[in-house]
Amino acid sequence: MAEINIRDKTAIVGIGNTNFGAMYRDLDKERTSYELAADALRAAIDDSGIDKNDIDGLLCVRTPSYARMADVVGLHHLRLVNQLEGSGRMAGVALQYAVMAIVTGQAETVAIVYGNNGRSVGDRYGGVFSPDSPAAWDAMYGMTSPGAAVAHMWRRYMHLYGASEESLAAAAINNRANGAKNPNAVFQKPITKEEYLQARYIAEPLRLFDYCIINDGGVATIVTTAEKAKTLNQPPVYIGATYSATDLTNYYTTHDFFYGAMQDIAGRIFKTADVTPSEVDFAQLYDNFTPTQFFALEGYGFCERGTAHKWAQGGRIALDGELPVNTSGGHTAESYMQGHALTIEAVRQLRGQAGERQVKNAKVGFYTCPAPICNAHILHI
Amino acid sequence: MATDVSAYTKPLPPITKLNAPFWEGTKQGELRLQTCNECGHQWYPPSTHCPNCLSRDYAWKAVSGRGKVWSWVVFHQRYFKAFEDELPYNVTLVELEEGVMMMSTLRGIDDADVRCDLPVRVEFEDATDEQSVPYFVPA
Repeated sequence: MAEINIRDKTAIVGIGNTNFGAMYRDLDKERTSYELAADALRAAIDDSGIDKNDIDGLLCVRTPSYARMADVVGLHHLRLVNQLEGSGRMAGVALQYAVMAIVTGQAETVAIVYGNNGRSVGDRYGGVFSPDSPAAWDAMYGMTSPGAAVAHMWRRYMHLYGASEESLAAAAINNRANGAKNPNAVFQKPITKEEYLQARYIAEPLRLFDYCIINDGGVATIVTTAEKAKTLNQPPVYIGATYSATDLTNYYTTHDFFYGAMQDIAGRIFKTADVTPSEVDFAQLYDNFTPTQFFALEGYGFCERGTAHKWAQGGRIALDGELPVNTSGGHTAESYMQGHALTIEAVRQLRGQAGERQVKNAKVGFYTCPAPICNAHILHI
Repeated sequence: MATDVSAYTKPLPPITKLNAPFWEGTKQGELRLQTCNECGHQWYPPSTHCPNCLSRDYAWKAVSGRGKVWSWVVFHQRYFKAFEDELPYNVTLVELEEGVMMMSTLRGIDDADVRCDLPVRVEFEDATDEQSVPYFVPA
């Protein structure tokens, strides 16, 4: 079957988010995911200059009900609407669905809205399971949490490729260094290797600074046709390509650290977007836990398989390095918006609006989430 | 070995029609896996269908109980009150000889001495009158 060409048919025209740092220090048990998503959508509409009533598609992520979400933001007459679960893989999936809908004419302008009140309501990402689910067979051994699953993979990775525990410090330190240049970040203080190594283990071999933040916030992204994008406020950020590939098991962990799924995407995404990995100016690598940065660098061929633990050392992934990674501080310093904030950071970088952390001459940006649904998109100005 | 089964406080999957043969096996010192009568595929944890050919026609077969450590982690964070007294404790992902992955725990070895690919074999801990919990020890 012939694939419909999606390259540059759509663009991100509006982005919005709440202030992550301020809200981290201001818990509110009454705060809902809906209001956070609505704050972000208001900001994205203002950013783009679009008429709210031009939005005919709404993809809601993490908010429990799309009907409630649509009602809260007064979008009653849509041609495309649904909700996606509050897992990190859905940020890329939502963008993929938006592009599919727009390219096929099912909708013209899609808003992806995300709201997360996890810190205020005490989400812990572990320890909760349904007795009739496969997770009960893990809980029998005290096994829980995606962090422990990634820790299993990182341990195996170290064994296969001779990586050291401390090699991972490069990813955690880089995130914090970038967060220090982000006035919106939850954590704006750099860390040293000593601080990284002295922090407590959570699920050994992963330490505190390998873990994402749990914080409240909202993010919105408005996607429309390339034609309409040219009529709006901001320079269009084109979506060169977006794809998914899965490796689904009941225990999250995969034997190859998602390498096969990412290679499947890599084999399509660079071709469709007509760029090579060496032409990527920065990468936003979904890091619920820092080892996924290394898995992603290898999965898409930014470095050879089994070498990311060495390749990422020595400033190569810093803002002025060969491939700046997680320019806003990623999920361990800026915010844990489950991928959504990484994509809008890519947009800011490509527009040249990233302030002190601006990557020079940023023309092509890459995003991926290595998870049971791997997905990636290539954005460019 | 006699244990005070009433004292067992850790989470256990409830016994169901589907998984009862697994638990009966644990009381007899056998690790049993669903084995497809049509294609021979084996899987864990219990599920209604063979994930390979989607048959519901399977038998519970005792397997060797031997495998190797695919990976392991040591929990330092408390997520479950029932495991609080055991912190830090290891959770080991075992690759059985039959190729099936099984989440478990490793005993009889210091966490610091565990290695990936370490050969292991199954043993059972009495939990209740109906359920024993499989765990692994160095083979």
